[in-house]
Amino acid sequence: MSTTELKTEVTAPVPEPRRRRAWVDQVLIYLLSFVLALVISAFLIAFADPDVRSALPYFFSQPMDTISAAWESVSEAYKALFSGSIINFSAYTVTDAIRPFTESLYTATSLILAGLAVALPFRAGLFNIGAQGQLILGAIVAGYIGFSWALPFPVHLLVAILGGMLAGSLWAGIAGLLKARTGAHEVIVTIMLNWIAIYLLQYLLTLDAFQRPGRDDPLSPPVAAEGRLPRILGEDFRLNLGFILALLAAWFIWWLLERSTIGFEFRAVGANPSAARTAGINVRRAVTGVMVVAGAMAGLAGMNQILGGSTEYALGNGIAGDIGFDAITVALLGRSTPLGVVLAGILMGALRAGGSTMQAATGTPIDIVLVVQSLIVLFIAAPPLVRKIFRLRAPKPE
Amino acid sequence: MRLELRGITKRFGTFTANDSIDLVVEPGQIHCLLGENGAGKSTLMNSLFGLYRPDEGQILVDGQEVHFRDPGDAMDAGIGMVHQHFMLVPVFTVAENVMLGHEHTKGAFLDIEAARAQVLELSHKYNLEVDPDALIEDLPVGVQQRVEIIKALVKDAQVLILDEPTAVLTPQETDELLEIIRGLKATGRSVVMISHKLREIKAVADIITVIRRGKVVGTALPTASETELAAAMVGRAVSLRVEKGAAQPRDVVLSVRGLTVRSATGQAVVDHVDLDVHGGEVVCVAGVQGNGQTELTQAIMGLEEFVTGSVTVKGQELVGRSTREVLDSGIGFVPEDRSHDGLVGPFSIAENMILDQYRQEPFAKGVRMKPSVIAANAEEKVAEFDVRTTGVQLSAGSLSGGNQQKVVLARELSKPVVSLFIACQPTRGVDVGAIEFIHRRVIAERDAGVAVLIVSTELDEVAALADRVVVMYRGKIVGIVPPDTPRGVLGLMMAGVPLEAALHSDAAHVGEDLAEAPLVVPAEAVEGVPVEPGEAAVVPGQPTAEQPLLGDRATTTPTTEEGGR
Repeated sequence: MSTTELKTEVTAPVPEPRRRRAWVDQVLIYLLSFVLALVISAFLIAFADPDVRSALPYFFSQPMDTISAAWESVSEAYKALFSGSIINFSAYTVTDAIRPFTESLYTATSLILAGLAVALPFRAGLFNIGAQGQLILGAIVAGYIGFSWALPFPVHLLVAILGGMLAGSLWAGIAGLLKARTGAHEVIVTIMLNWIAIYLLQYLLTLDAFQRPGRDDPLSPPVAAEGRLPRILGEDFRLNLGFILALLAAWFIWWLLERSTIGFEFRAVGANPSAARTAGINVRRAVTGVMVVAGAMAGLAGMNQILGGSTEYALGNGIAGDIGFDAITVALLGRSTPLGVVLAGILMGALRAGGSTMQAATGTPIDIVLVVQSLIVLFIAAPPLVRKIFRLRAPKPE
Repeated sequence: MRLELRGITKRFGTFTANDSIDLVVEPGQIHCLLGENGAGKSTLMNSLFGLYRPDEGQILVDGQEVHFRDPGDAMDAGIGMVHQHFMLVPVFTVAENVMLGHEHTKGAFLDIEAARAQVLELSHKYNLEVDPDALIEDLPVGVQQRVEIIKALVKDAQVLILDEPTAVLTPQETDELLEIIRGLKATGRSVVMISHKLREIKAVADIITVIRRGKVVGTALPTASETELAAAMVGRAVSLRVEKGAAQPRDVVLSVRGLTVRSATGQAVVDHVDLDVHGGEVVCVAGVQGNGQTELTQAIMGLEEFVTGSVTVKGQELVGRSTREVLDSGIGFVPEDRSHDGLVGPFSIAENMILDQYRQEPFAKGVRMKPSVIAANAEEKVAEFDVRTTGVQLSAGSLSGGNQQKVVLARELSKPVVSLFIACQPTRGVDVGAIEFIHRRVIAERDAGVAVLIVSTELDEVAALADRVVVMYRGKIVGIVPPDTPRGVLGLMMAGVPLEAALHSDAAHVGEDLAEAPLVVPAEAVEGVPVEPGEAAVVPGQPTAEQPLLGDRATTTPTTEEGGR
């Protein structure tokens, strides 16, 4: 036996070559994805423009016609997108100049809340497709309390908010309970509950209790002034208390996940259910609990839809829009973290707010905004693609 | 085929995983690479197999320098590799898996018959018993491994690399594999086997190369003692048997009466088990994997669904209680599969250190958790249990297997009030240096008055730890015997032979006083024991007649050196 040395030094921590930190890489990927999405959408905007299309046939003889027309349409569209979502430099008053950004935040509110309703279950290994249904239930109950009860100001609003949360919780709780007790897959159950919620709303709007007097179409009376979310920047801006609530909700979800024993259970169940069970965690209870909390978030989003005034404070069939489904995009974009959801919600809120301005100002269809959104998500979902396009090295592994 | 590695160096950043390693594999040689987890054995083999490109050095096949760009090149050159985690398609049959990647075709159709014939021929030639039409997912791990070997042989591998081939095998399967390896050698092929299990290496190797921290620290012949090999591998003297005094049993802590556990299909996997464990003693449950030991511990922990009978800890009934209540009654539990049941991979080391204590003070107050206390606790435990990591906020999944196990043990052994400690396979996949440490901790618990129940399929471990040995077979307790019971007798009992018959059968051949007999039995003691051919192999790691390698072990163990910490 020949052992040439018998050293007992402790292995030095394995140093890695100098590379970007993981979070820097993450931010970089997001920014580049956004840029890529805008670049690709620029082509769509250009080709959708009639001036560009009329110049295109003689592109090879006079290419500058096409290029300048394209440049004009794209730059005009993106300028409108910017001035409709961030700051309007051509406005005459300060109020008008900063209104676009407050509109972005206003639009983002429900997206953030509903995004949390999808992000939280993601962390616990559940896919909540049912934010839409939970949101509708929240809107129904918050709205009903809002327009049919008569209470003094802060109480009325508070009761309506709580009612909305509770309704969302119950609706999502059904899916959670079924999953925990019978193993019924939450994706299927929540999709079905969405449909039930949609038709429940349609049915309710035919009832006298929900019908606005003097109207034949399915529309409820408006919510009483005491039940509306107060505006926080004065009457000139639509931005209201709902946005503050959304930020508080995001903070609460962060605290719940990262700083509470309940969230510890949620995350453990999501990452490794058998280890969680072995460690004495009640997996069934955690699954139900996650859905109840998520439902409350979606219920808040529904409450914000009706009490925040986006539909003139009245309940109609379009109360939920597509928010429950865009919430999935928000959660994915935000990587299922509360901060990420807030940022993703604001980004998507800005794109929507800006999109309407863009359509009004330049005639570029608002659908282009959906393309931008989808492309961003697509690129963010495929970091290696973005790295390849921009020739980036992968970050150091954790 | 003669394979030579010259000065192979592989760096990852500034970390040198392999530092100018030289290695020669002669034709028809069984070359064992011995080293701790993370010593660089697998890196070296991956370089050889074309998975990594070495930064420096040459690979020579029969004196000719070769460059492998990918595993395909290596296979074409006659090198085959069986990875630790198999690369098989579970829903395909054996024959389909074997021809995957180089399918035999008849016109536009797959010629499954040709593949079947090939499998049958090879399995016959090398004694690799396997049914070509069986689905992979239905096969036990040992047979899946044979399929991997056949896959390599189909491509006419002259050098076969086996990466930790016995890590997933039962003692019985291990012996069968060693036999297969010898068969391959007999046909002039060479085998490179990576392992850190000394017994196997000594049983099968022609030459042993010891690697530590990326460097070759020496070569040895299989006649070297286990103590020497262990010392070379770890870099310091290692005691292979934990020093311990006689047990001082106190009152009964764990009492199991008529415990029956049924599987979902209604089959009794634990069958009317009665068992007492006293405070201050270590009871080891020995048995071949899958004879109900795991389910026994799971039932105690409240993790099994269909349980009848009674389990009491300090007089408190546990059957019907939730796992949390069981844990809270003062039990430390190390599950068998650490990555599946013991740890949450994406969680940080700090979080895993409190995985079943997160609700308790001082880690939480009400529902509010205290990250700084949790981190400080982890720092302390990481130091105490020598978990090799660069930070407690790293994910537990990034640790090596041995270090993961230390995290689980650190958590379960440092609970404030523990009256019963249960551990399943506490040292599986853990290297020698760490085993020594874990064993010492377990004995320390025992000496502090804790009742300890260990489930192990490793007879070495049973011998090192147990004050009493419970042998289980098909869900029943075959017998409860003292730890100095000869290996041969234990092996027979693990195959279901009752104690009396086992003693008789074994004694007839050994002819020595059993009470005094050391655990290590001369090789001939087991030879000729009249049991079924398949069952003879339940005696783990037992050397065969032509290689009575364990003779020297009896003289070197138990060693009494203190670890050089």
